[in-house]
Amino acid sequence: MAIKIVVRRPLTFAERTYLPQIIAGLKVTWDNMMRPPVTLQYPDERPTIPKNYRGVPTLIADTNGREKCVSCQLCEFVCPPKAIRITPGEISETSDNAHVEKAPKEFEINMLRCIYCGLCQEVCPEEAIFLQSQYSLTGLTRESMVNNKAKLYELGGTLPDGHHKWDKKKEEAEKQAGGQH
Amino acid sequence: MEKILTDLVLSPLWYFAIARGLLVIVVLMSIAAYTVLLERKASAWIQGRIGPNRTNHPLISWIPFVGTFLAKGGFIQPAADGLKFLFKEDALPGHVRKVYYVLAPIIALAPAIVTMVMLPFGQLPGGQIITLCPGADVGVLFMFAISSLGVYSIALAGWSANSKFPFLGAVRGAAQLISYELAMGLSVLTVFLATASPDENNALSLVSIVNAQTGAWNILFHPVAALVFLICIFAETNRHPFDMPESETDLVGGFHTEYGAFKFGIFFVAEYSHMIIGSSLFILMFLGGWHILPWMPTVGSGIIATLLGLGAFFFKLCFFLFFFVWVRWTIPRFRYDQVMRIGWRVLLPIAVLNLIAYFIWYAIRG
Repeated sequence: MAIKIVVRRPLTFAERTYLPQIIAGLKVTWDNMMRPPVTLQYPDERPTIPKNYRGVPTLIADTNGREKCVSCQLCEFVCPPKAIRITPGEISETSDNAHVEKAPKEFEINMLRCIYCGLCQEVCPEEAIFLQSQYSLTGLTRESMVNNKAKLYELGGTLPDGHHKWDKKKEEAEKQAGGQH
Repeated sequence: MEKILTDLVLSPLWYFAIARGLLVIVVLMSIAAYTVLLERKASAWIQGRIGPNRTNHPLISWIPFVGTFLAKGGFIQPAADGLKFLFKEDALPGHVRKVYYVLAPIIALAPAIVTMVMLPFGQLPGGQIITLCPGADVGVLFMFAISSLGVYSIALAGWSANSKFPFLGAVRGAAQLISYELAMGLSVLTVFLATASPDENNALSLVSIVNAQTGAWNILFHPVAALVFLICIFAETNRHPFDMPESETDLVGGFHTEYGAFKFGIFFVAEYSHMIIGSSLFILMFLGGWHILPWMPTVGSGIIATLLGLGAFFFKLCFFLFFFVWVRWTIPRFRYDQVMRIGWRVLLPIAVLNLIAYFIWYAIRG
């Protein structure tokens, strides 16, 4: 490997007076002054949220309005700050969703504990929990900072993915049952 | 109109003197307050921000357009800042030396206001000078002498606060002020020598220096002196890059670390008043005072010429205050040993050599 010797020049006289550097610096700041400010006047102007932003975690429903969560509690176990608390519940036989395994009776996310890491979204086998674009969350009491199931579905809305896993399972099971006959 | 103005500005009656004094103090204080605003706004522009643009009063915001404009420009901010300083709890720490602790801010502001007495701002139609102390022929000596007293406030504040950061700031500040005083005094000697002639018997008067600059400004004939003097003004007013007594990054707040509320506000105003005085001195001695441009004949006559002259002085003053702010947000602070080296080993020899060179040139020219 060729060795390149870099000459260490002593400072020139002009450099030692500081003056050319100061004038160059003044020009830099002047150019900056002429540029428009980058400030976002926050409450009046809102930032545009990037697509993969990790905001407040929410629960979502599918296009049929069925809650996607099956209460497997993986998110509760993976949650590093233990912000999620799920009370599992059965689905009644008479319900339209009786073919689905389970559903949460209550689903609480304590936003005072949540660290917005997104592990719950990553671990969810049903794609039922998503960190969406809400970035500003405030409350006047500690209780109001705990999002319950109703609040989580209200925040989450519907994901139009047309990916009806449980319906397909049911159809397949019915087909197989028909074939055996 | 001219008569009334002449009477108002030049009447020997004592109440007019007091009125003039109050007028100058009010103008000085408001310029200082708006320089603080300029500092905040210009620093914001340099850093890509907007700066204060929300402060408003219901009575003013009610006016269409003007109210919004005043708020956007932050023009009501200085009032809010001042009121905040005024109404904060004025705490007196238990560990300070109380008399000197209270005395220090007063000593900081007093020289700044007293030196205002000698500043000429413009010329009336009759040839009289608009100043608080007309006819003073030692203007510059008086200003140098009094404005140097400001170092006592820094020394007293740092010592009486009885804590180490203020003390370090005070020691640095005192050393810096004394070092730069020498180069400052020597650099302007050439200007006085150039102004003085055998038939001129008040060469130290700022008015005669300004009158001598009707043609060429002194900065064209004494560029080295002007540069040395400019650097020394920065050092004397403790502005960046010579921010030794404050050095907020390494000394918390320097000499005023232990001060709060209105006493801190007075230090603040004193710093900006010193900036105004320093800029005015530079304008009067090197930038032609109230002359609009070099070699430019007087525009208009009578009161119009007076107002144009005052306007030119004010414009130059505004530019200089902006320059102070601009430099502050451009250059980082020198290290303490660099400050001392520049003062003693660079500026002082340059000032002396400049003086000798001027002597030689003067001797050759005959």
